[in-house]
Amino acid sequence: MSDNNVRKVAINTTINGQEMDILVDPYVSLLETLREVVGMTGTKEGCNDGNCGACTINIDGRIVDSCLVLGVEAEGKNIETVEGMATPDGLHPLQQAFLEEAALQCGICTPGFLVSAKALLDNEPKPSEERIRHWLAGNLCRCTGYDKIVKAVKKASD
Amino acid sequence: MHPFNYYDPRTVEEAVEVLKKFGDRAKCLAGGTDVLVQTRGERYELDAIVDVKKIPELTSVDWTNDHLIIGAATPCYVLYEDPKVCEAFPGIIDSASLIGGIQIQSRASLGGNLCNASPSADGICSLIVHEAECVIAGPNGIREIPVEEMCVGPGKNAMDEGEFLVSIKLPLKNSFFSSSYERFIPRNEMDIAVAAVASSVSLENGKISSCRIALAAVGPTPIFAEEASKMLIGKEPTEENIKNASNKAKEIASPISDMRGTVEHRKDLIEVLTRRTLSKAVERVSV
Repeated sequence: MSDNNVRKVAINTTINGQEMDILVDPYVSLLETLREVVGMTGTKEGCNDGNCGACTINIDGRIVDSCLVLGVEAEGKNIETVEGMATPDGLHPLQQAFLEEAALQCGICTPGFLVSAKALLDNEPKPSEERIRHWLAGNLCRCTGYDKIVKAVKKASD
Repeated sequence: MHPFNYYDPRTVEEAVEVLKKFGDRAKCLAGGTDVLVQTRGERYELDAIVDVKKIPELTSVDWTNDHLIIGAATPCYVLYEDPKVCEAFPGIIDSASLIGGIQIQSRASLGGNLCNASPSADGICSLIVHEAECVIAGPNGIREIPVEEMCVGPGKNAMDEGEFLVSIKLPLKNSFFSSSYERFIPRNEMDIAVAAVASSVSLENGKISSCRIALAAVGPTPIFAEEASKMLIGKEPTEENIKNASNKAKEIASPISDMRGTVEHRKDLIEVLTRRTLSKAVERVSV
């Protein structure tokens, strides 16, 4: 049987500390929900199939590719995106280190790298270079060759 | 993409009802790392996606007297962050910690890996050598099948319409048992196996009393290399005996040539990886 009567779903979720009620189409990804419904475009779309990590966000303390999560799955979750990193007092230490180490060129992968790296440093304040490289394997960058990114994460952890 | 509705049943029975109602126009959602990509890629058209993660037994990890029961939608990280599971099921942990990157491991499950039935799946061979059983629910109740019977072709599993995987049952082994999984990829992370092997052994009085070898990416499904496994029973784990079993595994492998590797390369890899995983499993028993 075919059921084309697709109904929007009301969800309650917390994004960067702010609780919100939103209405989502049940087949739309959380990535698209963040960008098109909530209007937070910091999270980027790269491959849209879970290979590049550009859309990395943090849900309940775990990093995920938001292209591979449905918007409706955000119900009751605690979500952190790149927009939640800087404070009115200044950039997050990782953002500052990325600037100082020139750890970006085109910038599309940067929000994903920042959110991934933050999750690592939140749990392991002093990771080895090997650990950083392993942790960031799910984030692709086609500009920098990774060395500057790894250096920036190392710097932020010092 | 064809729009679909979202269902989040709280019990196995409710899930069976929804799946029955929509037939082949519904699929289960666990981590979504395969099903959402395939739906978006229009490999199939769905009217309903059934999120099974709110059914308690789908995401629980339970120890009974003789089994570890892993909910089919349990994400990989839950397994490798559990020291007890790491100690008892090293081959399973080898697999769970190399599927995708950290983001994928936050969501992807061994159950999903199994249902997706990819010939190159990283999780399935380890389940085979651990003698896992699939617990399947459907309109006619619950049934169990050995994991090596689950994959029936590339992307095809043995479940009938309306059925879904509830959990994976792993028999508990004694301390003389161990296992290992290794794959070959041209990079360090985030790739699909060119060839891969899982092996498990039990050692008693210096001899191998049980052995299972399973091969990935060298046939239409993951392969339980039963003949190669049997060759080692009752034998000492010497270099020569392991080499002979590895050559048998190489014979059993029937790969195709594609962008990831040639037939010859893949067969050679199976010999090497069988040797390595058998030796590793033996070494893990000994320590």
